[in-house]
Amino acid sequence: MSDLEPIEDAEPPTPPGQVPAPQQRFASRFGGITGAWAPIATTIIAFLMGGLVVLFTGKNPLKVYHAVWNGTGINWFFHIGNHHARVPFSTHKMWFPWDTASVAAGNLQQTLLLTTPIILTALALAFAFRCGLFNIGGQGQYTAGTIFAVWLGTSFVNLNPFLHVMLCLIAGTLAGAAWAGIAGILKATVGAHEVVSTIMLNWIAYWVGSYLFGEGGPLQGTQASIPISNDIAEGAKLPVFWGIALLQGLSIGIFIAIGILVVYWLLINRTTLGFEVRAVGFNPEAARYGGVSVARNYFLAMAISGAFAGLAGALDITGWEYRIGENDIQASTIGFTGLAAALLGRNTALGVGVASLLFGALINGTSGRQLDPSIFRPDLAGNLTTIIQGLVILFVGLNLGGIGLWLKKRRRPA
Amino acid sequence: MTAITARVGGIRWTDPKTVGIAGIALGALAFWLALPPLASRTQLLPILLGLLAIAAGIWTWSREQHRIGGGAVAAGVLGILFGVLATRSSEAHLDTVVVWSALLAATLRYATPLTFAAIGGLFCERSGVINVALEGMLLTGAFFGIWGAIWAHGWAPGWEWVIGLITAALAGMAMAAVHAFWAIHLKVDQIISGTAINFLALGITGYIFIDKYGDSGTPGNVADYGIPDVHLHFLNNWYFIGPILGQLNLMIWLSFVLLIATYIFVFRTPYGLRLRSVGEHPRAADTVGISVYKIRYMAVIASGAIAAMGGAYLSLGFVHSFNENMTSGTGFIGLAALVFGKWRPFPTWCATLLFGFSSALSDRLPNAYGNQWGTLFNALPYVLTIVAVAGVIGRSIGPAAAGRPYEKQ
Repeated sequence: MSDLEPIEDAEPPTPPGQVPAPQQRFASRFGGITGAWAPIATTIIAFLMGGLVVLFTGKNPLKVYHAVWNGTGINWFFHIGNHHARVPFSTHKMWFPWDTASVAAGNLQQTLLLTTPIILTALALAFAFRCGLFNIGGQGQYTAGTIFAVWLGTSFVNLNPFLHVMLCLIAGTLAGAAWAGIAGILKATVGAHEVVSTIMLNWIAYWVGSYLFGEGGPLQGTQASIPISNDIAEGAKLPVFWGIALLQGLSIGIFIAIGILVVYWLLINRTTLGFEVRAVGFNPEAARYGGVSVARNYFLAMAISGAFAGLAGALDITGWEYRIGENDIQASTIGFTGLAAALLGRNTALGVGVASLLFGALINGTSGRQLDPSIFRPDLAGNLTTIIQGLVILFVGLNLGGIGLWLKKRRRPA
Repeated sequence: MTAITARVGGIRWTDPKTVGIAGIALGALAFWLALPPLASRTQLLPILLGLLAIAAGIWTWSREQHRIGGGAVAAGVLGILFGVLATRSSEAHLDTVVVWSALLAATLRYATPLTFAAIGGLFCERSGVINVALEGMLLTGAFFGIWGAIWAHGWAPGWEWVIGLITAALAGMAMAAVHAFWAIHLKVDQIISGTAINFLALGITGYIFIDKYGDSGTPGNVADYGIPDVHLHFLNNWYFIGPILGQLNLMIWLSFVLLIATYIFVFRTPYGLRLRSVGEHPRAADTVGISVYKIRYMAVIASGAIAAMGGAYLSLGFVHSFNENMTSGTGFIGLAALVFGKWRPFPTWCATLLFGFSSALSDRLPNAYGNQWGTLFNALPYVLTIVAVAGVIGRSIGPAAAGRPYEKQ
């Protein structure tokens, strides 16, 4: 086998009568709002199966889910009353139908804080899917973003606050883009499978982060023997508009994430780049025949995808974490939660937003901070969340029509 | 573009022979640096150059240049050994031998779960089903292996580890069966179902672990009835080899057996030919009457059982306890070794040894130097694998049909 194969051979055209390559199926089948019923059914199935797991451990799943629901803070919206709220960034007060200082409000802040990075890592996956690429490296790109945000956030202590926070966000975004860009370049030039290279990049980021913030590492904080970085400077923190910064109030990062959702929609549906990316995703051969540079779009799609994930990391650092430890880098699975959200949201802006809120709420509701331990152990519930995420990924990729077809074929006498 | 860069100066840089010769040169350089007049006193340089030489050698070997590849591996190993010996020549000679035999024994311990994972992945991917779920299958095996042994402790004294291995294999097969059904019949993207399996394995093992063993963890007496070590007393007095091979876990020896059996099965039997043909050209295999689905199911499920046994070794033979997410990337290093070894048993095994060595180094170097940079050795397997798939030194290309569901006609 020649090692100098041209890229044309990397993706042989689908012979007639054969199932198209999964990557092509992504782009076509998940490429629009083809009805929300399948994702909703998937979610219900996953939660029902999760309920069964709870039942096996001798707990009442309804009670558990109710406690989780209360922990998410989404119930805040249903308590309408006569309240006064402080207008953000001023001392002025005005009438407001919801109580902004209640326990539920605090829970909701946490949920939205967790939703922010999930939206962005999900968009990272979704953008690559639209180009027919499977960027499973959202985790590594997120880590790259956090590393650069912490590095720049703890340096330049006397910088102008606006400049400093922008510097952190842009550096994190570019770091993510560069990290994914490595996989993009390899895909575009030599046709290296992006799944393999992004998995490897995930783990390189994992170990580089462990090295940087670990004991004796160059970015470890001033306290020896504690493998955590210093706090970023005050000027590098995003403004908190709801709640108290010390208690992890909600920063304006959520608005940035929602803004990026709109940017994603515009980019995909209203720009030449988005059109070319989608064309490559639908059918690289046809796109090439139509004069679209497949290699260029592979690279750009990966880099933009990584930029989303890198921004997620930077927003987490500047928005509420302010520092990062070796453990945080090793325990984070936000890139894979983003995968679940992208699949559940069918790569559409609206779908990704809703799915990210679902997972953000679920993770927050089952966290040790929110869940009432007398009803269900939070560490059990955390694993339950992992199971539910796995089930969602398992069932959402299912071509439900395909099952019907298969059953039909089986019933047909041979 | 690669064609141009590949032929810079008329030398075919991507040719396996060139890479192999470069590997031999690197190995020699590793040794030479430590000698006068340069007499470098740091061990890092010979180790790093030697590792690169070994990597180049494995690479060349998997591209059918056995003699040059083997030469590069040998040059790398000797380069590391003599280079380090020379840098430490002032210290007691015996000390060096003790340190190095311990390091090599640790290499075998770290490499064994990788070998099981990679061989499991080899069966799966050779049949045309991508397996990124190796990590999840290892974790499943790690938990259910120790769970089975603890369960059997009451009623099967002496056989706990056998029961543990069986439960691990069964649990791994169950996970793999889900992956197989999703990938083969439901034709879901294999990366997605693999990722889902990883999530499910993490959640399910963590959930049952907390529910069953709670805060106290697995019982402390597991070491008494874990997978036994094989004591070879006649090796005790052998210089250098004795401390390495004298007391290894049974699973390490089993991994050697598995490796040879896999090679014979995949490359020397008609069943192996069928397996490979299904992974390369399922339509052709189907045409001559091979059942593509059946072979793929068997391969994926076998892969789950094998990978899970590697996990059981980790919990039941190595650390004698279980923790949530205790594999933390081992399965992915196995996958990396498989890609690096170009889906061939012996190069893959050499890659697991190399990657096991870098893990062993990262484990021991911080103690020796009092700082953290040894941690970075953990990233070496992944860096090498990226270089491998990048095609800088010859592309790593998997089975042609991997990742594509097959539609019967």
